[in-house]
Amino acid sequence: MLYVNDVSVTFNRGTPDCALALDRVTLHLPAGDFVTVIGSNGAGKSTLLNVICGTAEPDSGTIVLAGSDITAVPPHVRARQIGRLFQDPMKGTAPGMTIEENMALAAGLGGWFSAIRRQDRELFRERLSRLGMGLEDRLRSPVGSLSGGQRQALTLMMATFNPPKLLLLDEHTAALDPATAEKVLDITRRMISENSLTCLMITHNMRDALDLGNRTIMMDRGRVIYDAAGDERASLTVADLTERFREAAGREMAVDRIMLER
Amino acid sequence: MNLSSVLTLLQTALENGLALSVTVLALFLSYKMLNVCDLSTDGCFTLGAAVGAVVALSGHPWLSVLAAMGAGMASGLVTALLQTKMGVDSLLSGIIVNTGLYSVNMAVMGGASLLNLNRCETVFTRCRAFLEGSFLGGQYKLVVLTAAACLTVLFMSLFLRTRLGMAVRATGNNPDMVRSSSIDPSATTIIGLCIANSFTALSGCLLSQMNRSVTVDIGSGVVTIALASLLIGGVFIPRGRIPWRAAGCVLGAVIFRIVYAVALRFNMPAFMLKLISSVIVVLAIFLPYLKTVYPSIRKRFSRRSGRQA
Repeated sequence: MLYVNDVSVTFNRGTPDCALALDRVTLHLPAGDFVTVIGSNGAGKSTLLNVICGTAEPDSGTIVLAGSDITAVPPHVRARQIGRLFQDPMKGTAPGMTIEENMALAAGLGGWFSAIRRQDRELFRERLSRLGMGLEDRLRSPVGSLSGGQRQALTLMMATFNPPKLLLLDEHTAALDPATAEKVLDITRRMISENSLTCLMITHNMRDALDLGNRTIMMDRGRVIYDAAGDERASLTVADLTERFREAAGREMAVDRIMLER
Repeated sequence: MNLSSVLTLLQTALENGLALSVTVLALFLSYKMLNVCDLSTDGCFTLGAAVGAVVALSGHPWLSVLAAMGAGMASGLVTALLQTKMGVDSLLSGIIVNTGLYSVNMAVMGGASLLNLNRCETVFTRCRAFLEGSFLGGQYKLVVLTAAACLTVLFMSLFLRTRLGMAVRATGNNPDMVRSSSIDPSATTIIGLCIANSFTALSGCLLSQMNRSVTVDIGSGVVTIALASLLIGGVFIPRGRIPWRAAGCVLGAVIFRIVYAVALRFNMPAFMLKLISSVIVVLAIFLPYLKTVYPSIRKRFSRRSGRQA
């Protein structure tokens, strides 16, 4: 489904601040894989997602999605096949516009010159009610008036309205309080299984990394240093993960806000 | 001051305000919705006036309106291409186009800095002939300008409800979100600026045909005057549905011209118009800003006075 082939990314090339963000990363995600990504700060996790969705340019290597090479495709064209959520709940929605207007843009129903129709509104209401956040009664409220958790749930709904081939989640619950984060994770889990999405999720929560999905990869200094799935992963504990990191990276995992336990 | 002179004064203010309101609505689209401060507005306004005048002088009053709007659209396209495809900063691209348009406008006017429309047919003379004898006969200018303002409000209200219009609004709000909706923000910026500039040019065309003359500096300062009107309109109708806010733009333009007319009445020299509009724009931006920083300023001062005590 997704092939990341030998991709390298360098920041600030040709300056003293030159840094290798991705070092010849190769990764293959079969369709339906739900992969969690962990790693210390600056390991290249976000850069990996950026390079897949097109906001970072690889120095070398190719990205192949569903059989076609998308390395040179601009981000907004890739967005037809790739949904993405960021840590910042403000990034995924237009705050000055209403919930239904945001959804209409994401859904892309009707022609360029058609307004939101009644049947669209019904559809939006039905989809929003599935979030269980009471948003279905606030179609005409500006998105800027929603809480971070509500915005993130809405963004998730928008990103999966037309199920994408690949969903990229970049610590999308990290800015939320624990209870809200749990709720958004729950919605995430449901949407992924309902639409059988292929998903790559960065998390700083080691527990979530093992509980969610069917595969976990660990990154360090721009490389994938550990990749676990199946029985091996099923028996892993959080303590094992930190141990694996020490073995593979040759040092302690240094993350300023890593969460070992909930 | 007697009643009839007050009425004349109000009428002139209303006419000028309505002619300007079309530019204000253009900025409503580019400045408020698209979040681009389009500094090519002055030149584009003159371009519309010049193209409209030349086409009207050649005997096509209705075509002059379309030609002016087409010219404005072309000017908007250049401004938009500079900032979306050629890496020019958005303010700078407006300034560059504005400068270039001065030469274009002179060329359109055949090297003259003044064109006289006294003897040619314009949309106003056509409308006057049409309304001859009816009760609106004496108010043909107001009829043309009101129709233009209403149609522009209607267009903006309908356009901004469409998916394309929503994409333009989202581009000013959060371009990342537009991109993740699989829409190219460059495309929406180009479309938005083309539409906005076509209305700016229409506004210039109407004003020049109403005044029956075009000078090459007819547009100078229009961007500030229109911004002042836009911000005044925003004071009266700050939020709510888009049709209301668009109508607020027209209201703002008319109020601005009425206040200006009253000030003239009190012997303010006419050349003060542009300084007043500048001050209004500064106040309209500064006062809301002051509201956000006031708490910290107050804290700083109270701490200082506390130390002295």
